[in-house]
Amino acid sequence: MTTIVQKPGAQAVPPVGQAEKKKVRLSRSLILPALIFALVLTQIPFLVTIYFSMLNWNQLYPNEVGFNWFANYVTVFTGPDFLSSLGATVLITGSSVVLSLLFGLGFAILLDRKFPGQAIARTLLITPFLIMPAAAALIWKWSMLDANVGMVNFALTTLGLPPVAWNTDLPAVTIIMLLTWQFTPFMMLILLAGLQSQSKDVLEAASVDGSGPIRTFQWITLPHMRQYIEIATLLGSIMLLQVFDPIAIMTKGTGGTKTLSYLLYERAFIGLDVGQAAAFGVVTVFITILVATIALRTLFKVFMNGGDR
Amino acid sequence: MRRFKSGLTTTITWILVLLFFFPIAWMFMTAFKSEADAASIPPKFFFTPTLDQFQIVFDRGMGSFLLNSFTSSIASTLIVLLLAIPAAYALSIRPVKKVQDSLFFFISTRFMPVAASILPIFFILKFMGLLDNITALTFLYAAMNLPIAVWMMRSFFNEVPMEIIEAAQIDGANFRTELVKVVLPIVVPGIAAVALICFIFSWNEYFMALLLTTDTARTTPPFLASFVDGRGQFLAVLSAASTIAVLPVIIAGWAAQKQLVRGLAMGAVK
Repeated sequence: MTTIVQKPGAQAVPPVGQAEKKKVRLSRSLILPALIFALVLTQIPFLVTIYFSMLNWNQLYPNEVGFNWFANYVTVFTGPDFLSSLGATVLITGSSVVLSLLFGLGFAILLDRKFPGQAIARTLLITPFLIMPAAAALIWKWSMLDANVGMVNFALTTLGLPPVAWNTDLPAVTIIMLLTWQFTPFMMLILLAGLQSQSKDVLEAASVDGSGPIRTFQWITLPHMRQYIEIATLLGSIMLLQVFDPIAIMTKGTGGTKTLSYLLYERAFIGLDVGQAAAFGVVTVFITILVATIALRTLFKVFMNGGDR
Repeated sequence: MRRFKSGLTTTITWILVLLFFFPIAWMFMTAFKSEADAASIPPKFFFTPTLDQFQIVFDRGMGSFLLNSFTSSIASTLIVLLLAIPAAYALSIRPVKKVQDSLFFFISTRFMPVAASILPIFFILKFMGLLDNITALTFLYAAMNLPIAVWMMRSFFNEVPMEIIEAAQIDGANFRTELVKVVLPIVVPGIAAVALICFIFSWNEYFMALLLTTDTARTTPPFLASFVDGRGQFLAVLSAASTIAVLPVIIAGWAAQKQLVRGLAMGAVK
């Protein structure tokens, strides 16, 4: 009854209303399986994480499980680990994003012209992003950065520079180097797509009007590239915020590399304190949401401007 | 002068590209060395190639881990396609206000760190006796890839000309004919790209595989990570194992590189 009262229009023109209803029902039934699947496997566990975060639950003392409400959060925010870990996360994510963005822009500019072997060069460049992060971490740690047999030190000594004990003295630098190397292709691909979508007419007009390459880049290319740089930065930040593999494999959280995701792993699966780990998890999610909200807003603006029906 | 400048830029580009690619090239090379050659200083660029390291890698049981990786990656990709194709179809070709709202939900789950859900998943699987179970891992990988697949797929479906669909509808095609005979043939390349990207992400996944599997369901990344302990000479055998581990994905990625950029930017960039 209520539906009829609420929708007098539907009653007045029954065939259209019927068809419309059928359309809604079909659309809904098509999307529902995917929606339920995602809800059950990602969202419900998160709600359970929130519940866990209010428990006093250390796996070493299985008989003492009970509610302690916000005590875990108090520990998180007053303990020394959280702040230093947040600092490590910001440092590692921030430097990797900025460096890979710069390298990515450089490579995108170099590749945005016709030259012999252009397609092969592009193919080789994207490879670091494809390969298994675990394999990349191991190869960098042992084959590239090892103090004795690493190729980086071989290059340094060949150039007459002193060798560096990367893995022991500069763990944070090794992680940033690896992540920059892995994410440069990602940035490059997005920025290259941006460069190639520039209107050739505008560029030609600028050069006819006597604008040099640097001025053209500053006044025409950069403004055009803005939205691509934004997308690359935001997607890159979100992926890098969650990075776990190289830290677990290369440094085990030593030397200022204990990021939030590694700290959570350590608390839960080495320290066995489930309640506290869950609290770290919840806080990590809220930090990510903060970054992601900004990301989503930008992304939606881009999506709705083009390619939408 | 202009020609010289262009040649110089090309040369610089190639030097930088090769430097950037060097770690991977070096890994491929080292895989064919003996341990002594691999650890020699100065490094050997010319050596007698050997397949010994690959023999050792398979003797240490890498085969079963690779098989688990293939099973979970391929099966999870199939599940994703089964769920994402209808969803993307509804979102793009038959958009309805209420359904459109779920788009936001899909993209937001992609931004949810695994850290948010790993603890309950671990304990629920433990409780159900499903730790170290390849089926459980497969479903989790499907959930991990579903949002990005829906997004990508939607952007491919958006390119199907509306006139074709309308013409089919006027000809009296029902929904199934419309999807299978009219829309799907047009978006096949897009679906292939989505499948490859899902495969790549599942194949490379380390965190969940490390925590949720121990032995029978263990996949390649955690096996690789526990492969060396830093003692003795292991560079050549590690390179061989890594080469095998990255090869399927490199081939898949090179094949799909045109569509890759779009998938990685979640459809925001064409």
